[in-house]
Amino acid sequence: MTLVQNFPAFCILLTLVSAVVTSVLRRRSAAILTGVVLVINLVLNVMTLVYTLQTGESYVYRMGHFPAPWGNELRVGVLETGTAVVLLLVVLFSYLGAYRRSSQRIEPTKYNLYGVMVDLCVLSLLALIYTNDLFTAYVFIEISTLAAAGLIMAKQTGSSLVAGVRYMIMNLLGSSLFLLGVVILYSITGHLLMSPIHDAVAQLAANREYRIPLDVTVALISVGLGMKSALYPFEKWVPAAYSNATITSSALLSSVVSKGYIFLLIKIYVRTIGLPVIEALGITDVMFVFGAAGMIMGSVAAIRARTVRMMIAYSSVAQIGYIFLAIGLGTMDGLMVALWHLLAHAATKSMLFISSAEIDEASGGTHLRKDVRGAFYRSPLAAFAFSLGAANLVGLPLLSVFVTKFMMGQTAVAVGGRHMIVTLICLAVSTLLNLGYFMSTAMSLYVHDGEMVRRKPDHLVRFSLAGFLILNLTLGLCAGPIYQMFLSGFSVFG
Amino acid sequence: MFSKWLLNYEETTAVILFCIGFSTMLFNRNLIKKIIGMDIMDSSIYLFLASQGYIAGHKAPIVTDGVQSMEAYINPIPAGLVLTGIVVSVSVSALMMALSIRLYHVYHTLDLDKIVALAGREEV
Repeated sequence: MTLVQNFPAFCILLTLVSAVVTSVLRRRSAAILTGVVLVINLVLNVMTLVYTLQTGESYVYRMGHFPAPWGNELRVGVLETGTAVVLLLVVLFSYLGAYRRSSQRIEPTKYNLYGVMVDLCVLSLLALIYTNDLFTAYVFIEISTLAAAGLIMAKQTGSSLVAGVRYMIMNLLGSSLFLLGVVILYSITGHLLMSPIHDAVAQLAANREYRIPLDVTVALISVGLGMKSALYPFEKWVPAAYSNATITSSALLSSVVSKGYIFLLIKIYVRTIGLPVIEALGITDVMFVFGAAGMIMGSVAAIRARTVRMMIAYSSVAQIGYIFLAIGLGTMDGLMVALWHLLAHAATKSMLFISSAEIDEASGGTHLRKDVRGAFYRSPLAAFAFSLGAANLVGLPLLSVFVTKFMMGQTAVAVGGRHMIVTLICLAVSTLLNLGYFMSTAMSLYVHDGEMVRRKPDHLVRFSLAGFLILNLTLGLCAGPIYQMFLSGFSVFG
Repeated sequence: MFSKWLLNYEETTAVILFCIGFSTMLFNRNLIKKIIGMDIMDSSIYLFLASQGYIAGHKAPIVTDGVQSMEAYINPIPAGLVLTGIVVSVSVSALMMALSIRLYHVYHTLDLDKIVALAGREEV
């Protein structure tokens, strides 16, 4: 085993140790340590990505070298490391971009605990991406839930506490459904590691055994993770959570926490149960219907939002709908589109949150009619970043979400039938709705409204917004090679 | 059908308890009752898991009298999983209780609907 192969496990351990150490540090030291650990994680994951690209294969890392069924495994390939790299970049830019604003809203003596929550979010994200064990996935799902609730409640206002408790209730219901699904799966296959479960499930499906428990298992896991990812109609906690949390928390929740669950769901479909079995069970049709409803209802709610943050929050529901609609197409191409949109949405949504916070600072609020008009003349970089994010989510060519919409349409046409018709109609309606709320907001940023006072953002915000712009433009302009890279990872993912 | 439920009475009980816990957590407005519902729900899953590991006539997985045959003992993995699950469950319950206390101090009620309404008025 080469040194590089140890990096994913090392990253998980390092983040865990960092979370413990951060809890006893002072505010500034805690903030620096969290940032440094993020950078180290990023560098190590990039090195692992290069390694997996060179070998072209995924490898299994046995924790403590214990074999199955006693041991615990990580499985590392291009898809896992690529996803980890993009999401870690998003976390880093979100953390840096909102550091000053978030630290002002958190009690100084408790900022170190906020750093612990960020560390735990990153820890659970990495574990969910790399783990090959279903029970380990459950444990990190719960850690992620606790950390996310901590992030939401960090401001300690009444509204943020209420948002936190609503988030907890919906997410704990989802976790319990997931756990029950895992337990039933264990009872019919005798395994917790994903690859042995895959073989056992294939045999059960071939022999037509345990059909009902398999149905129930897949339904429980899918609905459980759907609830946790804010899939419509389980999204009631989203607006309160995103609008009452600090800006770092909102960015992390929308772009990292929910994405870890969706990545795990894709992994369970491909590596654990197997797509042919999933398709035969018909659960993808349920995901398809929920996804299609989410695409439309999320956008309708976003149109009615009164502040930019609420609009972005509801837009997340619509974008999660895109991901689940792509999963619902029930093909490998559909899952690949879902994965691509997962990354595209993570990069864009965080940029929108960070830029909206800067617009808020420059304009004294983010009310859609009163405050954001002419924001470009007060904060050009933030307004430009917001416009690019908005254009991306609308699906402008040369940007990453355009690739999602194009590939989703192409996959739907290949699937044919009612799926094709519904997908194309939903894509068209959703794009029109996106245009309605995102482009009207983006255009109002450029309306010159009398004398404007320009506000210079601090260097961390500039670095973060520049990073987000480069990341989003790279995902859009270099979509071909990056998509191909992930596609090659998908071939060794199962 | 009914005889199958009786035959697998541990699993049947676990599923009934899960439904009770799930509906309590989802529909009850009182925060403390929601936490109780959550604990019932989690415990039901652990009951289900523990029942999967039990093999009638086999002993606890502690080597005694030098017997090392796997057939002599029950499956230890579900017991390990239940212990891990209990740790997670306790952490979640503790956080939810702490949160309920904080909310009670702020809004002087444990009724979640009233709390949400009061928080909404604050925002306006």
